[in-house]
Formats: sequence, structure tokens, C-alpha cells
Amino acid sequence: MSTPAKLPRWAELGLLPAINLLAALLLSGVIIKVIGESPWAALKLMADGAFGSQESVGYTLYYSTNFIFTGLAVAVAYHAGLFNIGGDGQAYLGGLGTGLVCLWLGSWPFWAVLPLAVIAGAVFGAAWAFIPAYLQARRGSHIVITTIMFNFIASALMTWLLVNILIKPGQQSPESREFAPNATLPGLHTLLGKIGIPFTSTPLNLAFLFALAAGVLVWVLVWRTRWGYALRVAGQNSAAAVYAGIRPSRITIQAMLLSGALAGLLGLNELMGSQHRILLDFPAGAGFVGIAVALMGRNHPVGIFFAAVLFGALMQGGSQLSFDMPRVNRDMVVVIQGLVILFCGALENVFRGPLATLLARFGGRKDAP
Amino acid sequence: METYTLIVLLLAATIRVATPLLLAAIAGLFSERSGVIALGLEGMMLGAAFASAAVAAVSGSAWLGLVAGIVTAMALALLLAYACVTHRGNQVVAGMAVNIMVAGLGPSLALAWFNLGGQTPQLEGVGQRFLALHWPGAEAARAVPLPGLLYAELLSGHNLVVYFAAVLVPISAWVLFRTRFGLRLRAVGENPSAVDTAGISVARLRYQAVLISGALCGVAGTYLSTAASSGFVRDMTAGKGYLALAALIFGKWKPYPTLGACLLFAFTDALATRLQGVALPLVGVIPVQFILALPYVLTVLLLAGFVGTAVAPKAIGVPYSKEK
Repeated sequence: MSTPAKLPRWAELGLLPAINLLAALLLSGVIIKVIGESPWAALKLMADGAFGSQESVGYTLYYSTNFIFTGLAVAVAYHAGLFNIGGDGQAYLGGLGTGLVCLWLGSWPFWAVLPLAVIAGAVFGAAWAFIPAYLQARRGSHIVITTIMFNFIASALMTWLLVNILIKPGQQSPESREFAPNATLPGLHTLLGKIGIPFTSTPLNLAFLFALAAGVLVWVLVWRTRWGYALRVAGQNSAAAVYAGIRPSRITIQAMLLSGALAGLLGLNELMGSQHRILLDFPAGAGFVGIAVALMGRNHPVGIFFAAVLFGALMQGGSQLSFDMPRVNRDMVVVIQGLVILFCGALENVFRGPLATLLARFGGRKDAP
Repeated sequence: METYTLIVLLLAATIRVATPLLLAAIAGLFSERSGVIALGLEGMMLGAAFASAAVAAVSGSAWLGLVAGIVTAMALALLLAYACVTHRGNQVVAGMAVNIMVAGLGPSLALAWFNLGGQTPQLEGVGQRFLALHWPGAEAARAVPLPGLLYAELLSGHNLVVYFAAVLVPISAWVLFRTRFGLRLRAVGENPSAVDTAGISVARLRYQAVLISGALCGVAGTYLSTAASSGFVRDMTAGKGYLALAALIFGKWKPYPTLGACLLFAFTDALATRLQGVALPLVGVIPVQFILALPYVLTVLLLAGFVGTAVAPKAIGVPYSKEK
């Protein structure tokens, strides 16, 4: 095998991901056909379920909010040459931070709770990422393995906390008591209503705007600051970084702290914005979907936004699908997620070579290899 | 119950929990020793668990189920090798992709084929499951206090897969460290260009290693759905693939220490089940979650270099390219 072929920028960022996505969807269609349903009808149901009404758009963007946070988390780590598989655990712990603030400071005014809830989510998420980051930077422990282990440790810790400590007294299911109304985020329909735009009531909330802001922040930090430059150099070539006076081990820790903080903000949307309590397993695999989102979005905030909307649409359209098609359940969404990760990530070089040859033949590429 | 009976039963439970863990960990051992990260263990096991339960339910034969499980897991392994070796894709991403895809595919196909809400039918018929084998005289030996009970509970009374897992350890130690194939396999995980220079195909060796790992995961998955329980349920591996990976690392990528790690992790699991809500002298009730998290904590401590050192195969995770 030769080294991966080089593509022009527009093909690298647009055409190749589109082809990979198409391949994943085609195979999903084949699976739906095997199950005995019509792929076309399924596609129509999903598109309608995801974008057909105000309500469905609201739900789609609500799911997308989680994936923007975790996708950005994976991307920041990726630019530093790190693979953060621990998004789920960091989101879990970050949500604990946000949730504790909401539980304890329920009597405080909203404008005081909100910044503290944001900070607590980010700090708890970052703290959970810190140990794997430190071990990678100073002791050379493989960050993929340690973050996986930390997902399981987070899960055990949170189960223990919810079952034994945070559980609402006199209740069977391990959930905390409900947050006070002023410790919850307003729904986007309320906000839009205030400026005179009617919108159906959905779980979509203020956290969506925080996610967009986080995307801008990541763009500025990674592409427009000296620190971001150091981050990308260390990620591309840590030996060169050392000669440029950059300390890769320090960058590793800083990048993972930012990554964990971003994942940790998931609790804003899921707990403070929608569930209004701390409950078991609320990240629900969003940390892993974040990998797919970052891969598809080419680790750029704009791409991540669109990829997150796509995966949000899959989640929402998928529940519509399982509702209307008796032979399809919600697990089909997970299959499609897996296939997208497979084609956009692991098999991304399959179409790269043929595409490069094709473009070189018809596009008359001038730069010789 | 007397203390020693309790201990013997705890050890018997340990063996049952350790079996799929050990099979998957040895599967990972072959893959990682050849330089391919074994992150797809979970998915290959789960795929095999579904396929074997489905085929056993339809055909009525656990053996046909085993074949289906092995074939399915090897097909997934082939996919992994195609992505990671042929197309030099990211091995972590490929493993995650397989894990996520299979986690959805099993229940999806189960719903479509059996219409039982994402499960396979209960395996109740004779020959649909791998049942415990009782050695001659095991029941009679139970009466004899210690050696008899040890014989009846620890040596006898397990299913075929358990014994297979037990003999797998010396066999894989022999294959990896005493045969030409094993030498080449280890070399390709440490220094693939040296192997290439010697005129041996790096890709071929890595394909073989990943396929072996698929076959063993197939056995592990079959154990879960047709021996340890009677049928496939959603997410029935429940992180065992990752725990096996942890055991492999804790065993420092060597067969016998990996066996030790699997037994230790399985023991903590069995202990957690036993200690649920039991107050111990001095410490009181130990939360089950803490015991269950122990394997992961231990592995992190090991990786951090606080409990000995674990050195991974040098070329692990790096796709091989002739041109460099």
C-alpha cells in the first residue's frame, strides 16, 4: 500500500466525507432491506421525523447540542494528536458538577446559578480528563486505554453516588430530586416567544446557544491564537514542536483539560436544560457519537455543527422510524452511527485513492506529486 | 454455610466469570502482539453471542451455534483487518465502529427475525446449550469435605468452553513463544520493517493474527449466550471486551500473567456479587460499585507505572507502510 493520496482541499473537506457518508447510508439501506422494510420509506420517515415540523426540528437540535459538545471535545484532543475516548465519562462527571450546583443553589437567582453551573460542569469534566492527560504526558500511559478505563470508573462512581447519596429519599429509581425552577435553563421556545417568534415547546433550550458559542470559542482558540498554533504543531509533529520551544507534554494536559471541559458541558443541555435532575447514564453514549461527529466534521467547528445536526436528526428520525415501522427499533440508529464511524473514519482511505485518480484525470491537477 | 464451602463456591463462580474474559483477552493478545490494537473485542464477542444464540435457537444445535459465532466474529475481524491493515485506517476508530455497529445490529436483526423485542428465543431444548459436564463420581465426592468439594465444584461441573479456555493458555503460550509463526507474529508487532526485510508479508501476518483473535472472540461470545445464559439479550457483553483488554494489559501482553489478571478480575466480580449488602468486620459494607471498578483502577495504576511496568508491543497502533 502506498501513502494516502492527496486530494484538493474542497474534495478533502466536502466530497470525500459526502461519499463516505453515502456509502454508510447505502449499507444501512441494505440492512433495512434485509430486515424486510423499504429503505426509501425508512429514509422518508426519518427525514420527516427529524425536520418535518417545528417540534421535530426542536428535538433534532436538542440532540445535536449534546453532540456539538462531545464532537468539539474529540476535535480539540485530536488537534493535539490525542484520542479522547473518555467523552462519556467526562460528560457524566461534568453533569454531576452542573447538577450539584443546581441542587445546592436552588434558592439563588438564575443569573447567579447559570455561570456557576457552567463553570462546575467544565471544571468537573476537565478534572476527569486530567488524570488520563497527566498519565499520558508524564508517564506515557496510553490515553486511549486510560480514558476507556475512566469511562467505567465514572460509571461505577456515579451509580454509587446516585444509589446511595444523591437519591431522593423515599424513591425507588436512582435519581436526584428535581432542580428548583430558577436552576433550570429556559427552553428556546420561551426565549423565542419573548422576542415575538412563536415556537412549539420542545426540550431545545438555551444550552444550544452555549454549544454554538463553544464552537466559536474552539475555532478562535485553535486557529487564531498562539496557543492553538502550539497545540496543532505538537499534534502534527511533537519532535518539531520541541525545537520550536513548545512543550508537548504541557500541551497534552492543556488540550485534554479543554476537551474534558467541553464534554463536561453536556450536562447543561441534558440535565439543566431538559431532565431537571441527575439520573443514571444520562450521557447515553454521546461521548462515542462525538467521535463520529468529529470524524465527519473533519475536526472543524463548522463541520462539527453540521455533523452534529446530522446525528441529532438520526436520533430524532430514528425514534420516529421505530414508532412507525414495527420491524425496526431504535437500535437501527446505533447501526447507522457505527457505519458512519466505519466509513468516515476507519475506511476513509478506501475511496481516497480512486477519487484522487479520477480528479487528476478530469481535473487536470497541475501540482505533480 | 461453612467458610471453606463459601470459598470453594466463590472460586467456582470466579472460573465461570473468567472464561469469556480469558478467551477475549487471549484473542486480544494475538492481535496486539501483531501490532493491531484490540479494541474490537467487545463487538466481535457481541456479534458472536447473537449469531450463536440465533443459530442454536433455529437449528437446535449448540455446536452449529458455535460455528455461526466463530464465523460471525471472524467476518468482523476480517472487516477490521481490511480497514486497519489493507487501508491503514485508524485502529481505534475501526474498533469503536465495529463495537457500536454490532451493538445496534444484534437487537435490530433479533427483532426482525424473532420479534421478541431485540432478544433471541430462550434456548430450552436439549443440545441447544453447552451445559455443565459432570465428571465421574463428582456427586459422590461432594460428601468428602475438602478435596471432594474441590473436585466436584472446581474440576467438574463446568461446560466444555471452560475447559477449552483453560487449555488455550498453554497452547497460545506455546504458539507465541515456541513456534516460528509466533516469533514472526511478535516481531511484526515490534519491528515490522525487519520482518518485511526478511521477505515475510507484514499484512499477511497481521491478517492471520486478527482472524485468530476473531475466532477466539467467537468462542467467547458463544459462551456468553449459549453456555452462561440461554439466549442473546441486548448489550450482553456489558463491557467484557474492554475488561479483557484491561486484563491483557494487566497481564503485560503475556499469556500466563493474562490468565492471572483474568482470574483476579473475575474474582473481584464474583466477590462483588457475594458481598452485596453484607457488612464485613472492621470495614462495614463495601459498596459493590467500588469492587466492580477495581479492575479498571488497577489497570490505570499499572499503566501509570505504580504497579510494575507494562510495555506494549512497539509497533502497536501504527499502520505499516513500506515507503517509510
